[in-house]
Amino acid sequence: MPPDASRPLRLGVGGPVGSGKTALVAALCRLLAGDLEVGVVTNDIYTTEDADFLRQAGVLDPARIAAVQTGCCPHTAIRDDISANLDAVEDLESRFAPLDLMLVESGGDNLTATFSYGLVDRQVFVLDVAGGDKVPRKGGPGVTTCDLLVINKTDLAPLVGADLAVMARDAEAVRQGRPVQFLSLREPRGQGAAPVADWVQAQLADWRA
Amino acid sequence: MASMAPPATGASASLLLLGDGRLPAGGHAHSGGMEEAVRNGRVNDLGTVGEFLAGRLATSGLVAAALAAAACEMQHPLVLLDGEADARTASPALRAASRRQGRQLLRAGAALWPAAALDELAGLYHLAHPTRSGHVSGGQGPPKRDRFAWGPHHPVALGAVARAAGLDGPGAALVAASWSVTGPASAAVRLLSLDPLAVHALVARLAPSIDEVAAEGALAGGGAFEDLPCAAAPLLDVGAERHATWEARLFAS
Repeated sequence: MPPDASRPLRLGVGGPVGSGKTALVAALCRLLAGDLEVGVVTNDIYTTEDADFLRQAGVLDPARIAAVQTGCCPHTAIRDDISANLDAVEDLESRFAPLDLMLVESGGDNLTATFSYGLVDRQVFVLDVAGGDKVPRKGGPGVTTCDLLVINKTDLAPLVGADLAVMARDAEAVRQGRPVQFLSLREPRGQGAAPVADWVQAQLADWRA
Repeated sequence: MASMAPPATGASASLLLLGDGRLPAGGHAHSGGMEEAVRNGRVNDLGTVGEFLAGRLATSGLVAAALAAAACEMQHPLVLLDGEADARTASPALRAASRRQGRQLLRAGAALWPAAALDELAGLYHLAHPTRSGHVSGGQGPPKRDRFAWGPHHPVALGAVARAAGLDGPGAALVAASWSVTGPASAAVRLLSLDPLAVHALVARLAPSIDEVAAEGALAGGGAFEDLPCAAAPLLDVGAERHATWEARLFAS
């Protein structure tokens, strides 16, 4: 389907529980909201904690953040039955038109959780170093097929005995040339996410072209 | 020699497709009151799940079946039927959940069985252009914060989609009656970690009742407004209102 430039680029952010999806979304808002009109949809498994965190972080007008309930099945809501997410995305898009970027954060799930391209145009999958340096080798559709693989918490590598070189080598092997970005979101003012923000800007330019 | 079989319409397969729990129309996120009933201890094992399902079928299942059949047969203008659904749904939280699911079903139906009637129905609720303000006569407008989450009531959308799929009133009523128990049953499996085979067996044992409710609903749906059933389950209404206030919940309703 040809892109519809009249609506924002929809970017999915997925990955296991605790890998840093919400921190990445907050950092992207901080880095991009000056330039771009941004909306966010969150898919917490049980609470509205992620949405609340984002609202309290003060990175975005709280009205631009919507939370969706997923009935115990976070992967269903982003892949098999995207109805509730489409509602949330379309509502934000029409309320705050014209938006440039719509971030859709999945609930924490496993390595097979991918977004349907009926919901998002691009997807980022977030792993973290503390989850173990074998995770990229295990693959799974989330790791292998996402448009950008982010490996977060590089600052913890020495503490948890994770070998970043191994992770980089394995990720490259299973991703067949798709990009991988190592980062630490602990850097102040979201600066750790700057390479991802640049990637998003490039995707936006590409999608509008 | 030419076959004597009538030309296939696809109606039977469409019925199965529409009634399938995998239909991507948002149903998976709704427990039909099961989450609240489980949290408050009214439902806690296979036996109480069975009682809950039977009660839901006989009340909201019957009303939904009649409204879906009436909408499918175009027995009355859909906006008026929508008002009848409002009048039969005491809980504002349930009205909102029904309209949210109606909107989602309409989106799915328009993708599966494109029809001008579905576009018109969506247009009535400003789904195609949700920034436009407006009011639909015959139905009470939603609270302002819900304005954008607004669609026709779920059974009304179901009837319209069923018609677009080539089904008749009894078919639409059967789907409505079946959905009134299959959604909560699947939620019970997730909420209580019950054996999925045992829960499906419960639903299978309800099959004669589902057929019966569907037939009763289809009959009522073919008649006048005053014949539409108004069976209610007050605890479902009260529970839905409580559920909507929870800070943490797994299901949207």
